[in-house]
Amino acid sequence: MTTEGLERVEISLNGSGPAHEQRLLVVLPALNEQESVAKVIGEIRASRPDADVLVVDDGSTDRTAERADAAGALVMRLPFNLGVGGAMRAAYRYAHESGFTSVVQVDADGQHDPREIEHLLAVRDADVVIGARFAGRGSYVVKGPRRWAMRLLSFVLSRIIGVPLTDPTSGFRLVHGRALALFAEHYPEEYLGDTVESLVIAHRAGLSVAQVPVVMRARETGVASTNPVRSAVYLLRVVVAVGLALIRRRPESEHR
Amino acid sequence: MTDLRLTIFSVVVAVAALVLVVELLRRRRLREKYAVIWVVISIGTLIVAIFPSLLRGVAQAIGIQTPSNLLFFGSLLVLFAVSLQLSREVGLLEEQSRRLAEEVGALRLRLDAMEKRADEAAAAQDATEQQKAERGA
Repeated sequence: MTTEGLERVEISLNGSGPAHEQRLLVVLPALNEQESVAKVIGEIRASRPDADVLVVDDGSTDRTAERADAAGALVMRLPFNLGVGGAMRAAYRYAHESGFTSVVQVDADGQHDPREIEHLLAVRDADVVIGARFAGRGSYVVKGPRRWAMRLLSFVLSRIIGVPLTDPTSGFRLVHGRALALFAEHYPEEYLGDTVESLVIAHRAGLSVAQVPVVMRARETGVASTNPVRSAVYLLRVVVAVGLALIRRRPESEHR
Repeated sequence: MTDLRLTIFSVVVAVAALVLVVELLRRRRLREKYAVIWVVISIGTLIVAIFPSLLRGVAQAIGIQTPSNLLFFGSLLVLFAVSLQLSREVGLLEEQSRRLAEEVGALRLRLDAMEKRADEAAAAQDATEQQKAERGA
């Protein structure tokens, strides 16, 4: 960890910090990403030297946390696996309490190019900015039933939210002030909830959502599934996630 | 009328269930909020075992022709209610443990930062003391 990071933590502990100034936290939820995490952190620090980097180690059994620490990131070690939603809620709460004004989520597997963060930050007047595939830039292709599921999902969500969204399940997203405060308390942790339901929650809270076309790199490890059974299950879960997001009450009264 | 053997069998089962619930409660293995429903069910079973005519009466009153079907229907409803309540409780517990895990993560992060800062401060102090000592010597 750098002394810069330490100062930031100190500010957060005192609970003060300049409110007008933008402070960006780049969050990488990571589960067993020891091969790629250090490289991604290096790229982020190169392209955004002003930002702090937080790796949320979501119960990894490999050396993800060590390597992230060595690469100069703040590391939040979760005691067991919570999934991306839980990891992000912890990160949003940390960012909110520490006085950050913006949080950008980046995959630790190298799928998202940190240089694209600029494009997300360039959007004004939106509380949530999604870095989207299938929006004109990049050549990412998905085929078969999984593609239909994604099409259906983007169609329904675009209608609900009133903004064209070509890639609502994208994990590459930027969250500002008010949305950050909301997500620090209420961020769905269920499957697809972190991406899909969170947008509906933000929209219902009167926040604005926008998307920016980004180029995504091919995954460095693992291949996207093309198994028809899995795709069908995915489609079903999409329907369930959207349905739940629609019928659930606004999460304001659940304060515990 | 009802076979005496059946009555004895049902009473024995109902009493055994009741004893089990009370024993678990006594050993503090069962919390009060879950115990109430089981006690009520055991006592209900005991009553029906002793007075089977009660079951027949109720079945006739609501139009069920075979009294045992009323028993099955009632049991299903009770089991459904209990398992639904347990699912709800499990969800609540999961949410609580998730929140705790998130808090633990955040606290560890803060602790790491403070420990590092303390180490650095100690190192800096050591260095200045060493300098003083060298100057004094």
